[in-house]
Amino acid sequence: MSTSGGIPKHSDLKTPLKRVRGWGSSRSGTHHFVVQRVTAVALIPLTIWFVWFVLVLVHSDYANARAMLHQPIQALLMIVFVGATFWHTQLGLQVVIEDYVHATWLEIAAQLLVKFLCVIGAVASILAVIQVALA
Amino acid sequence: MDNIATPVLKRNERPMSPHMGIYRWQLTMTLSILHRATGVALSVGTILLCALLIALAAGAESYDSVRALCMSPVGLVLLVGWTWSLFFHLCNGIRHLVWDIGWGFEIPRAYATGWTVVAASLALTVLIWAFVLTGGAA
Repeated sequence: MSTSGGIPKHSDLKTPLKRVRGWGSSRSGTHHFVVQRVTAVALIPLTIWFVWFVLVLVHSDYANARAMLHQPIQALLMIVFVGATFWHTQLGLQVVIEDYVHATWLEIAAQLLVKFLCVIGAVASILAVIQVALA
Repeated sequence: MDNIATPVLKRNERPMSPHMGIYRWQLTMTLSILHRATGVALSVGTILLCALLIALAAGAESYDSVRALCMSPVGLVLLVGWTWSLFFHLCNGIRHLVWDIGWGFEIPRAYATGWTVVAASLALTVLIWAFVLTGGAA
């Protein structure tokens, strides 16, 4: 929102930072923005790999699918893909909730739920990959 | 003394963004909305990713039941939707990253890259499903 009141009058010796700190939370600044972009960049090659991986799965049976994920490089890429995907998902859904959910208790509940589900989804998927990779 | 910024308005008196009803519909806003919509759709799709990997670890029966679920009519419709969502979010995400480094903000470029994203995401979706349905012969 624009500061329609004009130029702040510095009638005391407070720095602008000290002044703004009393005006509510600035949350996490640019950290969210940066991590969203970092995971996005990582997901470009990983998504291309994932599409290739799924296309191979489409035309293979269970044994071949397992053998595929058993290869260390495929297991590694799947774990990194899952991690980046759920991280990026949480960051994206967080913004959607911030934008559309305005009741405080509902927003906090939704943010917690999304975070918990993303962690559970990531850990469960990675455990499954490890189980296949080490079998 | 603290007369610096925010005039006190009631919540419903605050200035609003242009309302959808009076805003001429255009490509750029459509793609912006679709980027968010496909992102949410793909978030739901991660459930299938999870299910697939867990089924692969659990055994042949679970894996085959997830496959059967995917090959059911509802499953196929969802998969086509997720395929396009994935390619759209990927292509438009690259468009966003290019904006982040400061290129392509001019209106003609925003439209050119926008239509490129639409065409590329549709073409990739058709290509992938042609490959899937022809048994990889293509």
